[in-house]
Amino acid sequence: MNPSSLLCLLAAWTLSPLLLGIINRTKAVFAGRRGSPLLQPYHDLLKLFRKDLVISRTTTWVFVAGPLAGCAILGMSTFLIPFGGSPSILRFSGDMILFAYLLGLARFMTVLAALDTGSSFEGMGASREVQFSALAEPTLFLALAGLTLSTGELSLSGLFSANSTLHRGGMAVPLALIAVALFILFLAENARIPVDDPNTHLELTMIHEVMVLDHSGPLLGLIQYGAALKLWVLGAILWNTLWPFSTGHNGADAGIALVGMMGLAVGVGVVESVMARLRLLRVPALLTGAGALALISLIFIARL
Amino acid sequence: MILLWTSLVLMIFSGGLSLFRRHPSSPRWSVAGLVTACLIGIVPAVHSLWTGASSETRLPWNIPGGACHLGIDPLTAFFLIPIFLLSSLAAVYGLEYLQGKQPVSWFFYGLLVAAMVVTVSARNGILFLMGWEIMTLSSFFLVTAEHEKREARQAGWTYLVAAHIGTAFLLVLFLLLSRSSGSMDFDSFKGLSPSETAPAWLLFVCAVIGFGTKAGFMPLHIWLPEAHPAAPSHVSAVMSGVMIKTGIYGLLRFLFYLGAPSPWWGWTFIGIGLTSGVIGVLFALAQHDLKRLLAYHSVENIGIIALGMGVGFLGLSGGSTPLAVLGFGGAVLHVLNHALFKGLLFLGAGAVLHSTHTKDIDHLGGLLKKMPWTGISFLVGAVAISGLPPFNGFISEFMIYLGCFKGLSPVHPSTGPLIAAMTGLALIGGLAAACFSKAFGIVFLGEPRSAHAAGAHEVGMPMKFPMMFLAGGCLLIGIFPTLALRAIKHPLAQLIPNLAVTLNDDLSMAERALSMISWSAGALIGLILLFALGYRLFWRGRRGGSAPTWDCGYAFPSARMQYTASSFAQPLTDLFSPLLRSEQIGSPGKDLFPKDSHLVTETPDVFWKEFYRPVLHRIQNLLARGRILQHGRLQLYVFYIVITLIAVFLLEMRNP
Repeated sequence: MNPSSLLCLLAAWTLSPLLLGIINRTKAVFAGRRGSPLLQPYHDLLKLFRKDLVISRTTTWVFVAGPLAGCAILGMSTFLIPFGGSPSILRFSGDMILFAYLLGLARFMTVLAALDTGSSFEGMGASREVQFSALAEPTLFLALAGLTLSTGELSLSGLFSANSTLHRGGMAVPLALIAVALFILFLAENARIPVDDPNTHLELTMIHEVMVLDHSGPLLGLIQYGAALKLWVLGAILWNTLWPFSTGHNGADAGIALVGMMGLAVGVGVVESVMARLRLLRVPALLTGAGALALISLIFIARL
Repeated sequence: MILLWTSLVLMIFSGGLSLFRRHPSSPRWSVAGLVTACLIGIVPAVHSLWTGASSETRLPWNIPGGACHLGIDPLTAFFLIPIFLLSSLAAVYGLEYLQGKQPVSWFFYGLLVAAMVVTVSARNGILFLMGWEIMTLSSFFLVTAEHEKREARQAGWTYLVAAHIGTAFLLVLFLLLSRSSGSMDFDSFKGLSPSETAPAWLLFVCAVIGFGTKAGFMPLHIWLPEAHPAAPSHVSAVMSGVMIKTGIYGLLRFLFYLGAPSPWWGWTFIGIGLTSGVIGVLFALAQHDLKRLLAYHSVENIGIIALGMGVGFLGLSGGSTPLAVLGFGGAVLHVLNHALFKGLLFLGAGAVLHSTHTKDIDHLGGLLKKMPWTGISFLVGAVAISGLPPFNGFISEFMIYLGCFKGLSPVHPSTGPLIAAMTGLALIGGLAAACFSKAFGIVFLGEPRSAHAAGAHEVGMPMKFPMMFLAGGCLLIGIFPTLALRAIKHPLAQLIPNLAVTLNDDLSMAERALSMISWSAGALIGLILLFALGYRLFWRGRRGGSAPTWDCGYAFPSARMQYTASSFAQPLTDLFSPLLRSEQIGSPGKDLFPKDSHLVTETPDVFWKEFYRPVLHRIQNLLARGRILQHGRLQLYVFYIVITLIAVFLLEMRNP
């Protein structure tokens, strides 16, 4: 096992809530506020983990299992993600398929936990979540197919390693298209504007927040930590696509990647500040549009 | 071989017991005999699968062209194991499910299992067709077991007609295949060059339509959503889990007699797979009847199997061995996986029906509290069929995906269909997850939506055990996929013999990936258990009391306010409404103060509505003109006979 891979894993576990802090601070700056401290998400998590739980009488063990399994599954997915030139700890041909399906499993558990409350709000959120994710899944695979087609590599670590051919000449246009598709997925999967708004607390307009409406205390903490991990892993894939270069020095690469991740967080904050959320009926068009971009890049690559 | 014969005889005999002994305990004896027969039969199958050995026997039989020629080779063995396994489990389940009603159905059940065994082990065309036909007829009588119900009779007829249209094509296929050698023995089909018999495309089309009708390829699937819900649940499990797979078996066995595959075979199968998979799962999503929903999922899973076969054929025709191994490997493994999880889900749906007397999803809810074991087994089946780790559905889909990724290359012409297959598989996976979060979430979670659901109770041990056994099987293959890979090694070597040299290399590539998946699945389960332990130790004691679900401060929440299955699926069904063409009856209230209003949405099969029904009506109208000849006067009928005889006589006179 590579020590730098281990360090990157630790970085994912410890630094992912920081991304949320950066997003919030960016939004505050745009709104002309001072905003909460960068480390506020950590304080929130600690506070939640110290709280008591209130659990609805309607629910069964599924309600508790949802956040527990969800956080464990997303924790598992961090083992598959290469970061800053270091390969991931688990890597094999087709690990991107396992990665995509781990995200699917985590979502399945969240949806079931939401349905377990028997509330129509949560049912509504769950219904929207499965709709959008069913449309997002093909887009993710199209983007992955584009990356594989251009390099011939079958694992995420191989795709984004220093000797991958991802940064050869002529790849700029298709890579940019894939990156745009991945950025849209990144926003959609992490429940961000323009698909979902993490800030409003009006149940009728939300997706992710409304599904976890009844969770409280440590379970809510696990959900939020899981969300931070998901932001990290998808962000890492996006950053690897945007920056397929290597300086040849492990530390420098990791540093660049860390700065890149923070840059992504700032980018999310900017998008959230300058855009409004789309109408729910328009979201499928956005997601299939992202799929179309990935498909166009595939055609580009096949022509090159 | 002697064990297989013993098993067959014992199976038919113990089924027949229920015919002669009208005693309350006679079903118990039948089931005991059936289970013993299955256990006996599974021994030679496992042996052949493990060692790759094949054996066969011939008995004297004087039917023209026929021979009583049975054999077991790895491909047969691979299909025999799920047949024996699921049939015996479903028989135990059926004992409690039927509660001593319809004792005669055990006769047909025994016959059905025996016919499936004969079909997959026959080595002669006539014997194969006889097995095939008995399989159709015995399952027809099982589908119409509740013949006092109109829909059961209707479903039975639809099934019978569809099955025989398929058989007609098979008959043509066998006649064409035997044209040059004059023998119906499978051995004589080997090494046929298509020029001696008929053009390969014609044979291919006959095989795809004939076997595809049984397997449920869209648009030949229309009997599935009718017959599966009408049959008793343990029969639905057998029909959906293993009987429709005899169609896949037929394709795998006979398409390889047609010489080297051409690329368009691969294109065709990927096309069939995408249509069946995507449209199947969309129709499943729109259903309210739990068993009908599962029936459409059979269409979807057959689509996934067809996708795998398409990838395999592309590999074979393009000379890419990894593609062929992964494609066919995924398809074959999915046959076994689907038998496990679909059997489990149908048994689970049967348990729900048995305990609540309704299979309308919108009338159920909250069953997990009342039926914990059924609930957790159904959950395992739901996760497995959605293709999610750490269960078996993920393994076979993973192999197909890996094949697609492996085959991607900028210059190769098969890249296009591979990308289509991969994207389609992803869409199918996402929609299946949506559909099963609906099926499990609305049926088992939340509050009971009706008095039926509120009065549910857990089923007894004979029904619980088969479900838990199958759930264990799903988990086992999910955690130890390399075992499954060993099971498909010999069948694959038999299917693609000219690839035997590189087969081991290609398989070991898949094995490396799957062993990593095995570790990941283990780690995932370990991590989840760790979190659960942490919860138990630190947080469980800190529950600050319980409360009702938060409903925006509304004071009188009722179970009717919950999201229903229809509302859950509505965004997706609306999105695909041009394809689904759901029908709405009634309208939601319109005024500012709406009074009582009602709304029913239904999604009948679009192929039935738009294609089969008008076409069949037209044929019926055409044939109705012939009714002038038929008026029930005996004298006139005798007159017809005389005229026919004279006509034949004159014809014979003209050409001596």
